Amino acid sequence: MGFRFEFFLVLISILSAPVLSDLILSKVDRRIDLTSQVVRIASTLKVENTGNDVVSEVLLAFPDHQAKNMAYLKAASNVGKGRSKTSVSLSVKVVHPKGMPPALTLYSVTLPKGLGKKESFTLDILAVLTHSLQPFPEEITQADAQLVMFQDSAYYLSPYETKIQSLSVVLPSARYEFYTKIHNTKVVDSEIRYGPYENLPPFSYSPIVVHFENNQPFAVAQRLVREIEISHWGNVQVTEDYDIVHGGAQIKGGFSRIDYQARPYVRGASSFRHLIARLPPRAHSVYYRDQIGNISTSHLRGDSKKTELLIEPRYPMFGGWKTSFTVGYGLPLRDFLFESEGKRFLNFSFGCPMDGVVIDDLIVKVVLPEGSKDISVSVPFPVMQLQEIKYSHLDIVGRPVVVLEKTNVVPEYNLHFQVYYKFNNLSLLREPMMLVFGFFFLFVACIVYMHADMSISKSSASYLAKLQWDEVQAAVQQVQNNMNRCLAVHDKLEASLRDLSRTGDVQACKAARKAADGLLKELSKELKPLLGFLQSSPQAAQLWPKIQELVGKEKELQEKLMLKHSTVVDSYEKKSGGREIENRVASHQQKLTALRQEVDDLLDIISEI
Amino acid sequence: MAALEYGGATTLRHAFGSVLCFFILLLIGVLAFSIRLFSVIKYESVIHEFDPYFNYRVTQFLTKNGIYDFWNWFDDRTWYPLGRVIGGTVYPGLTLTAGSLWWLLNSLNIPLSVETVCVFTAPIFSANAAWATYLLTKEVRGTGAGLTAAALLAMVPSYISRSVAGSYDNEAVAIFALIFTFYLYVKTLNTGSLFYATLNALAYFYMVCSWGGYTFIINLIPMHVLLCIVTGRYSSRLYIAYAPLVVLGTLLASLVPVVGFNAVMTSEHFASFLVFIIIHVVALVYYIKGILSPKMFKVAVTLVVSIGLIVCLAVIAVLVALVASSPTKGWSGRSLSLLDPTYASKYIPIIASVSEHQPPTWPSYFMDINVLAFLVPAGIIACFLPLSDASSFVVLYIVTSVYFSGVMVRLMLVLAPAACIMSGIALSEAFNVFTRSIKFQLPGIPENSHSGAGDTTSGSATIKNDAVKSEKHSSTDKKEDSLKERPSKKNRKKEKEPVEKATIKSQVEKKLLALPLEMSVVAIFLLVLLGALYVVHCVWAAAEAYSAPSIVLTSYSHDGLHVFDDFREAYAWLRHNTEVDDKVASWWDYGYQTTAMANRTVIVDNNTWNNTHIATVGTAMSSPEKAAWEIFNSLDVKYVLVVFGGLVGYPSDDINKFLWMVRIGGGVFPHIREPDYLRDGQYRIDSQATSTMLNCLMYKLSYYRFVETDGKGFDRVRRTEIGKKYFKLTHFEEVFTTHHWMVRIYKLKPPKNRIRGKTKKSKAGSKTSSTTSSKRAGRRKNPWH
Repeated sequence: MGFRFEFFLVLISILSAPVLSDLILSKVDRRIDLTSQVVRIASTLKVENTGNDVVSEVLLAFPDHQAKNMAYLKAASNVGKGRSKTSVSLSVKVVHPKGMPPALTLYSVTLPKGLGKKESFTLDILAVLTHSLQPFPEEITQADAQLVMFQDSAYYLSPYETKIQSLSVVLPSARYEFYTKIHNTKVVDSEIRYGPYENLPPFSYSPIVVHFENNQPFAVAQRLVREIEISHWGNVQVTEDYDIVHGGAQIKGGFSRIDYQARPYVRGASSFRHLIARLPPRAHSVYYRDQIGNISTSHLRGDSKKTELLIEPRYPMFGGWKTSFTVGYGLPLRDFLFESEGKRFLNFSFGCPMDGVVIDDLIVKVVLPEGSKDISVSVPFPVMQLQEIKYSHLDIVGRPVVVLEKTNVVPEYNLHFQVYYKFNNLSLLREPMMLVFGFFFLFVACIVYMHADMSISKSSASYLAKLQWDEVQAAVQQVQNNMNRCLAVHDKLEASLRDLSRTGDVQACKAARKAADGLLKELSKELKPLLGFLQSSPQAAQLWPKIQELVGKEKELQEKLMLKHSTVVDSYEKKSGGREIENRVASHQQKLTALRQEVDDLLDIISEI
Repeated sequence: MAALEYGGATTLRHAFGSVLCFFILLLIGVLAFSIRLFSVIKYESVIHEFDPYFNYRVTQFLTKNGIYDFWNWFDDRTWYPLGRVIGGTVYPGLTLTAGSLWWLLNSLNIPLSVETVCVFTAPIFSANAAWATYLLTKEVRGTGAGLTAAALLAMVPSYISRSVAGSYDNEAVAIFALIFTFYLYVKTLNTGSLFYATLNALAYFYMVCSWGGYTFIINLIPMHVLLCIVTGRYSSRLYIAYAPLVVLGTLLASLVPVVGFNAVMTSEHFASFLVFIIIHVVALVYYIKGILSPKMFKVAVTLVVSIGLIVCLAVIAVLVALVASSPTKGWSGRSLSLLDPTYASKYIPIIASVSEHQPPTWPSYFMDINVLAFLVPAGIIACFLPLSDASSFVVLYIVTSVYFSGVMVRLMLVLAPAACIMSGIALSEAFNVFTRSIKFQLPGIPENSHSGAGDTTSGSATIKNDAVKSEKHSSTDKKEDSLKERPSKKNRKKEKEPVEKATIKSQVEKKLLALPLEMSVVAIFLLVLLGALYVVHCVWAAAEAYSAPSIVLTSYSHDGLHVFDDFREAYAWLRHNTEVDDKVASWWDYGYQTTAMANRTVIVDNNTWNNTHIATVGTAMSSPEKAAWEIFNSLDVKYVLVVFGGLVGYPSDDINKFLWMVRIGGGVFPHIREPDYLRDGQYRIDSQATSTMLNCLMYKLSYYRFVETDGKGFDRVRRTEIGKKYFKLTHFEEVFTTHHWMVRIYKLKPPKNRIRGKTKKSKAGSKTSSTTSSKRAGRRKNPWH
C-alpha cells in the first residue's frame, strides 16, 4: 500500500512544475538514526538564492505519513565558526501554500534575516518520528528477534531543486534483512549510505525500504500523568502514572519461563525487562507500585548529581504486553521553586524522566498550594493548557491545578517549563490553625456539654427526679464533709490528750476542749437542716438509714471521746499515775477504736453509693 | 480546715482516677492499633489473604456506585455462568463500615484511597474492641478488672491473627460488635434501663450485619436468661434485658438481606423464641404471685401447670414434627458441624477442606491465648465469689466458647475475648489480695509499737502512705513492661475503695485473708513476670507469626532476603494482557484474588455456595487432558491457573490440595474415585504414583517442562523426583509462568479443524469405535452437556 502510494507521489512530483521561489539547495546531508524506537532525521541544508527577490522563508516538505508521526521538528542555524559556533533555533510552522502536491505537509522555516541574491545559508533540521518503525513480521515468537521496517526516500524530498545530496541510515547493528538498492548504495558496518546524487528536480522521490533487526526496548507510554504538587512546607511531590505497552512486534504463542530463564537474551531478545528513570538529585521517599500493591523489583542509586531509579515491571515485557504502574518521589522545594519580582515560580522538567520512552499522551499537572493567585505558565513549545481545582488534605476552596497536555512526546521535550504564581506566606499557617481551632472548639463544646443542662423538658418526672437526686447527693456530700470535720475535731482532741501526757499542761488541754466543744456544736447545728432535708426527700430513702446510723455512731463516738477526755483531764488534775489513767481509759479506748472504725466504714459505704 | 482538705482530697482522687483511667484506655487503644501495624511495616500496606480481597472489591464497588447499586449488585465476574447476587449474599457490616469511613474522610477532604481505609479498618476496630471489653468487664467486676481485660485483649494473639492491618475480614469488626452487644446486655441487666435495651438491639443488628457468628449471641443470651430463671434470679431487669432484644433484634436482623426470613425460620434462632415464651410465662407467674395470696396461688399453679403442660406438649410435638421433616433438622451445615464435630468430615468436604475449620491442637491454644489459658480457671472461680447476674453471664460465655473453639480453630476468636475477661478478673483479684495483704502487713509493725496512745487515725494514714509507697516501688520495678503493668497498678488504686468496703465489713475475715508479706511480694513479682511473658509472646506473635500477607512471601537465606511476589505477578499479567471478558479457571481458593486483582471472570471462588460448580472444576482438574479440555471449553474458560510450589518449596500449592479436588469432584461425579489417585492408600507423585494421577490435568499443568529446570524434576515440597518427566500438552498451551514458577497460566487451545480430525479418523480406522465410545463417556461425564 505504502509503496504504491509513494510511487503515485513520485509521478505527481514529476508532473507538477516547480513554481516556488528561486531557492535551490546546493548541498543536503541527511542522516537517519534508527538505533532506537524513534527515528531521528538530522539534515543539513545549504540554501542558496538564485533569484532576485529577497527570501525570508524556506519550505520543508514531509510526506503525510511522516508528518502524522512527527513528534519534534527543530530548525537551527549555525552562527559563527569554529569554537564559537552556536546554534540559534528558528521558528517553524505548518503552511499550506497553493499548488503543492497532495499528501505532503509543508513546514516553513523563517530565516533570521532575508536571503539576498546569490546568498547562501546553512540550516540544521532535526525531525523526530515516532511509531515509524513497522515491525515485520508483525507477530514473532518468544525466541525470534524483532525485525522492523523503515520507509523513506533516497532523495531529499523538497520543493526546491537539489544540487548535491547524500543520505546515511544508521542501524542498531549490522544485522539487516534487506535494503533497497539503487545506484550508488553501499553498506559500511551498520550504516547504509545512499548517494551522493546530483542535480535532482524538486519533489524527487525514490522510495527505499530498510528491513533490519532492532531489539531496542519499544516502550511506549500510552498515557502518562505527572502530578507535581508543591507544598510550601518544603517539599515537591511528584507522582507519575504510567500505562506502558511494548510497541514492537506482538508475541505469538505462549511465553515459556524455562526458555526465558535458561537464555534470557536469546529466548527473549525482543523483550525488555527494566526501565531506567533519571530523577533529579536529592529525590527521596521514592515508591514504585501499581493497583495491587508495591512492586519489589526496583533499585535506587543516587549521588549528588542525579538519582537513578531502575524499575522492573512485574513481568518481562514482550511485544504487545501492557502494564501500568505509579512512580512517586519527593524533592526538596528549594531546588525547584524560585522567586522573581514578587512572584514565585516553579522550574521543572516537562518530559518523562525515563530513558527512551515514547509518550503518546502526556498530561502534566502542577498542583499549587491553596490560595495561589495570578497563575501563568511559560512552556518553550506549544501545549494544551487548562486549569482545574483539586481538593486535598484540609482544603476549603481547593488547590488550583495547571494542566498541560501534549501528545507524542519524545525525550527531546525534556525541557524546563515555569509556572508563575503569587502566594502569601501567611496562608501556610491556615491549616495548622484550622486544626488548632477545631480541637479547641471540640474541647470547649465538651466542657459546655458537661456543664450545661441539656434536658428538653424541665417538668418531666425523670428530670425532676434527677434534680432531686443531685440535691440529695449534694446534701450527702455536705453531711460527709461535716462528719469528716467532726472527725478532724476528734483528732485534735486526741492530739491535745497526747500533748497533755507529754507536757502535763492541763490548761492548754482544757482550752482545746473548749474550742472543740464550740466547733462540734456549730457542726451539729449545720448538720440539722441537712438531715431534715434528707429525711424528707424520697430520693434519699435508701440512703437515709445509713446516714442515720452514721450520725448516731458519730454522736456516740463524740460522747465517748468527751468522756475519755474529761476522764483523762480529771485524772491529770488529780495527779493520778500514768498506769491508773491508762486503766481507766482502756475501756473507753477500745470502744472508741471500734466506733471510729464503724464510722469510717459507714463513710466509705456512703461515698460508694 | 483539715476536714475540708480531706473531703477535697477524696474528690480529687476520684477525678485523678478517672483521668488516669481515660489515659490508660487511650494508651490501650493505641497499643491495640499499633501492635497490628507490623504487617505494614515489615511488608507493605496491602490487603491480605483471600476473603479480604473480596471484601475490598465489594467496598470498592460500594464507594464507586453507592449504596443502592450495592444492594442490587449482581456480580457476573464470578461463578460463571451463574453469577452471584452479592447484595443479597454478603454480610454488609464490614463493607458498610469501611465505606462510610471512607466517605467521611473524603467529605472532610482527606483523600485516602479505599485500599488504605480497608487496610486500617481492622486495627481501628480492635482498639474499639479493647474499649468494649473494658466496658463489659467493668460491668461485671469493676474498673480495675476492666482495664486489665482491655489491655489483655488489645494484644491477644488469637484476635491479632484476624485483625492485623490488611486483614480486612468480617471478624475484625464482628468481635467488636460481639463484645459490645454483650456489654449492652450486661449493662441492661445491671440497670434495667430500656435505653440500654434499645441500644443492645441496635448493637445486635450491627453484629448481624457483620458476621454469621451472630447466632452465637442469639443462643448464648437465651441460655443465660434460662440459667437466671432456673436459678431463681428472675427480675424485671432480666425481662427488660431480654424481651426487647428478641423483638427488636429479630425485626432488625431480618432487614439484613443475607439473613432475611432465616431470622425466624431456622433452628439457630429457635432457642431465643422458646426462652422468649418462657420468660413471659415466668413474668406472668411472678405477677400473679404478687396479687394473689399464697394459698390461692398454689391452687392457680396446679391448674395452670396441668393445662399448660398439655398445650406445651402439643406445641412442641408440632414443632418437632416440622423440624424433623427437613433433612438437616433446620440447621445450616456450618452450625451442624459445630454441634456434631464429625458432621462436616462426613457430609460436606468443602467445609472440611478448609484448614481453619479443623479442630485445634493443644499447642494452638497456647499459641493463641498463651498464659490466659492458665488464668481462665482462676477467673471463673473469682466470678463465683460472689456470683452476680453479670458474672454468671461471663462464666456461661467462656464455657460455651471453650466448647466451640474445640470444634473449629476459627472459633478460637470467640474464645479470646472471654479468656481475656476472665484473666482480667483473675489478675485484678489476685493483685487485690496481694496488695491488700501488703497493706495490712506493713502498718502492723507501727500499730504494735504505738500501744495505748490510741493512734488509730495516724496509723491508718501511714497505712495508706505505705501502700502507695509500695505500689510505687513495684511500679518502678516494672517499668519495662509498662503497658501490661499499668492497668494492674491502676486496678490496685481503683479497687482499693471497694476492697476497703468489702474487707471492713468483717474485720476478722480480712485478717484471715491477709497473706504473709514476703509471699505477697513474691506473688506480685511472679504475676508481673507472667504478664511480661504474655506481652513478649504477643509481640512475637504479632511480628512474626501473623503479619505475613500470604500474597507476598519472603524467605531469608545466607545472601539476604528473598521476596516471592509471584501471585501478584500472575494477577497483574492477567489483568493487563488478557481480554476483559476472558474466563479464568482455578481452584476456588484463588477465585477472590483473581476477581479482585486480575479483574477477570472466574468459575468458582471462595464463597463456596455451589458445590456442584466446585465439583465440576475439581473433576476437570482430576480428569485427563482431553476430558478436562471439554469441561473447561463448555464453561467458556480461556485460561487455567494453577499454583505450583515444587520449584521453591511453597507447601500450600495445588498438588497438595489436589486430593480435596478429587474428593469434592468425586462427591458429585462418581466416575472420579479417590482410590484411583492413591497407591496403597498413599498420595504420591513419584514414579510409584498411579497412572490416573500421572495423567490428570493438575499433574500435567503443574509439572509441564518442570524437568528442564534441574534435569531430574525434583519437587521440593514433596521431596521426591516426579513420576512422569517428559510429556507434551495437546490441548493446553503455556502462556505465562511467574518468576519462581509459583503460578502457571495455560490457555486452552482452540478446537482443531474438522478436516484434520477426519484424516486422523481414516488413519486410525480400527480405533474409531473405541474413541467414539470414550467420547460418549466423556460427554456423559461432562456435566455441562
